[in-house]
Amino acid sequence: MPMLTFEKKYRVPGGTLLGGDLFDFWVGPFYVGFFGVTTIFFSVLGTALIIYGAAHGPTWNIWQINIAPPDISYGLGFAPLMKGGLWQIITICAVGAFSSWALREVEISRKLGIGLHVPFAFAVAIFAYVTLEVIRPVLMGAWGNGFPYGIMAHLDWVSNTGYNYLNFEYNPAHMIAVTLFFTTTFALSLHGSLVLAALNPGHGEEVKTADHEDTFFRDFIGYSIGTLGIHRLGLALALGSGFFSAVCILISGPFWTAGWPQWWSWWLNMPIWSLGGH
Amino acid sequence: MAEYQNIFTRVQIRGPLHAGVPVPRGPWEREGKPFFSHFMGLIGNAQVGPVYLGSLGLASLVCGFFAIEIIGLNMWASVNWNPILFVRDLPWLALEPPSPANGLAIPALNQGGWWLMAGFFLTSSMILWCIRSHQRARLLGMGTHTTWAFAAAIWLYLCLGFFRPILMGSWGEAPPFGIFPHLDWTVAFSLRCGNLYYDPFHMLSIVFLYGSVLLFAMHGGTILAVSRFGGDKEVEQSVDRGTASERAALLWRWTMGFNATMESIHRWAWWFAVLTPITGGIGILLTGTVVDNWFLWAVKHGVAPSYPAIYGHIADPAAAQGGS
Repeated sequence: MPMLTFEKKYRVPGGTLLGGDLFDFWVGPFYVGFFGVTTIFFSVLGTALIIYGAAHGPTWNIWQINIAPPDISYGLGFAPLMKGGLWQIITICAVGAFSSWALREVEISRKLGIGLHVPFAFAVAIFAYVTLEVIRPVLMGAWGNGFPYGIMAHLDWVSNTGYNYLNFEYNPAHMIAVTLFFTTTFALSLHGSLVLAALNPGHGEEVKTADHEDTFFRDFIGYSIGTLGIHRLGLALALGSGFFSAVCILISGPFWTAGWPQWWSWWLNMPIWSLGGH
Repeated sequence: MAEYQNIFTRVQIRGPLHAGVPVPRGPWEREGKPFFSHFMGLIGNAQVGPVYLGSLGLASLVCGFFAIEIIGLNMWASVNWNPILFVRDLPWLALEPPSPANGLAIPALNQGGWWLMAGFFLTSSMILWCIRSHQRARLLGMGTHTTWAFAAAIWLYLCLGFFRPILMGSWGEAPPFGIFPHLDWTVAFSLRCGNLYYDPFHMLSIVFLYGSVLLFAMHGGTILAVSRFGGDKEVEQSVDRGTASERAALLWRWTMGFNATMESIHRWAWWFAVLTPITGGIGILLTGTVVDNWFLWAVKHGVAPSYPAIYGHIADPAAAQGGS
């Protein structure tokens, strides 16, 4: 049984949401639980269907394998298996597997007596996925508006969908999302650097304290958010990235069909400019 | 069911203001009288300030001020110094680099010279600030990880605006200063090189960018989840493991069969964040210099499928006339 030295005392029963103690056990390092079983079911079925679809496709080239959604003409109905039906079942499996994984994290967090921040954060990522593959296609009236499952295929979809709106970088929610992505990465580098710098000082130096961390950042930029605050900030920035990513694609199509550069005409057309005679 | 999840600090405890760890005296002191901010205290430390400016910090701020002034005044001049048009059109205004015909020569001020000067001052400002981070870290007896992470970001900036234009032989290859204009440049750049999505180093950079966000969500979430056991005291937990570290480790071990340690998660974080601009810069440097068209490159290497030749042979009119 692969266990960390301190692990045994934490392996106690309880904390489950469903199934009582029926699935309350571990396999190797993995906790199982009711939702571990459903995770395995959905992920094995979904992966098998992707391989099945690839076997019927023209190539085994890993970059070019493509499981496409149904043609737009199928609307929101079921499509034949090889004409997008596989994509539909795989999508159901994906949502089932992701949700099971999140609920399994809830059970593990409860068992460990810790907060539920990690499953909540994962739920935001699932929300972004569901927005792309379910909510937006439903609002637009066809499953064919979802993205295909394939490495290059999904990149082509992102590229083409972006150019449908002329220049997607003018999408205000996309601007916020990209800014948050960059800011999160920036903040992560600062946080990682600071902790490593305190733990790995120069030769002959002792490991430093939180006072040193605070002093470095106050000297550097005049403010130190502190050891607790940086994790609140990082989590908020990261979840904001995912949330605004979902918003930026959700509004493209269902709520705005022209090019995104044109959206900004409201700014140019504000009546206040005419006060100056323009 | 509803439990305290430690999203905000409910009770702010105010000790004495901290002047900072003492360092050997130099010609400059820490500036400003520190104070408490209730708003800041809701999510982090309530104390704001003091700050250490120093000669490098001052020089950096002066250079940054010059860069912003040059950019702003050029934009203002481009609307004939009209203040209302300046505000209205600000997101569309640009300070453009010289035209391609200029090559790598020093252009006249109004033909890209101001752009070159703004770039010089902005670069100087960033490099001075980066060196400053090294000095402060050394004075406090800390590692210099921040400096090298900062240097990675400067690397990407210089790849875009300095190294690649030099390799291409023209300042005109560089992005302009301006909000919408630099977005237009990005899209035009991607189109000209056959879609940057097919650039493998762009792929890597995106993976590290998204990976960084994923890591911060996982790490921030984990530490907040174990903050009731003092998990945010990461340095102490690294050298003297407590139950917070143990529970944080087991959360991931039981979830995905693997866990980082309190120290190693910050190595994962550092490398993911730092590799984002490093790989991105490589992807930019290769574009137009080594690879003209990333789509054709991807077809050649079996990454992208080739389109079937359904139109038969088409004579190149330029070739038919003996041109190039």
